[in-house]
Amino acid sequence: MVIDFANFTPFASLIGGVMIGLAALLLMLSHGRVMGISGILGGIVQPSDRSDVPWRLLFVVGMLIGPFAVIHLLGRPIEIVPNTTGVLLPVAGFVVGLGTAVGSGCTSGHGICGLARLSVRSAVAVGTFMLTAVITVYIVRHVV
Amino acid sequence: MMRHISLVLVGALFGAGLALSGMLNPSKVAGFLDLFGVWDPSLAFVMGGGVIANFIGHRIVTRRAAPLYEGGFNLPANRSIDARLLSGAGLFGIGWGLGGLCPGPAISSLLLVPGDAVLFVMMMLAGLAVGRMLTSGPAARPAPQG
Repeated sequence: MVIDFANFTPFASLIGGVMIGLAALLLMLSHGRVMGISGILGGIVQPSDRSDVPWRLLFVVGMLIGPFAVIHLLGRPIEIVPNTTGVLLPVAGFVVGLGTAVGSGCTSGHGICGLARLSVRSAVAVGTFMLTAVITVYIVRHVV
Repeated sequence: MMRHISLVLVGALFGAGLALSGMLNPSKVAGFLDLFGVWDPSLAFVMGGGVIANFIGHRIVTRRAAPLYEGGFNLPANRSIDARLLSGAGLFGIGWGLGGLCPGPAISSLLLVPGDAVLFVMMMLAGLAVGRMLTSGPAARPAPQG
């Protein structure tokens, strides 16, 4: 295994991770909700209860503005380099939406929240999506 | 009022954490998933920091009778490990590996890289809607976790 030290950002990633964990904690403390983004979005695109939509939209508004606070504090833009272009990008988006709806969760719900609750179901989900993601990247970067 | 403002603030804390951690950068995410190439372990620190912070606090928070602004905690009751969980998580991983974006970072990068992110998010929302239609049968739909 070769470590990519040029791009390794342990401190920023650890602090960012703790902020993500604190956000999940605060959403549980304030509204008693799991901070699972696919679930929060799913309840907007297909609400089972209309009165359940506003809190989701307010959270999404926060998610949209949060990165600008980091840009302001760091005084530089956030590096964003696409991993794929062309037709594969919308395909990836659709598969992410479909998979998280069928599997009831994504990196935040099963990962940050499920693992912290020691949920075996979420641990199995995380192991599964990590495995297929690693295989996919292997095929895209080293086979095709 | 505070109950609404708190949602925006918590969402912003999440979005800021994603931005600082590197999760908004699809090629960095793929660099983490590229175990057999030149591997960038950064995102293990994101997951580790997030899970540990939430693990410690969750025990303290859920000891309360109720959250601050709602009548009770809304925790997932579904514990089943079935074909639906495995196929859904497996599909999600394929899309995540291809695009380098999962749902949270896709939303939080909407205003930063408008073109790509908008297309990705529109297709993701379509996928979410189709997935929910496929899985909402006569049986009760389990509470989504993510």
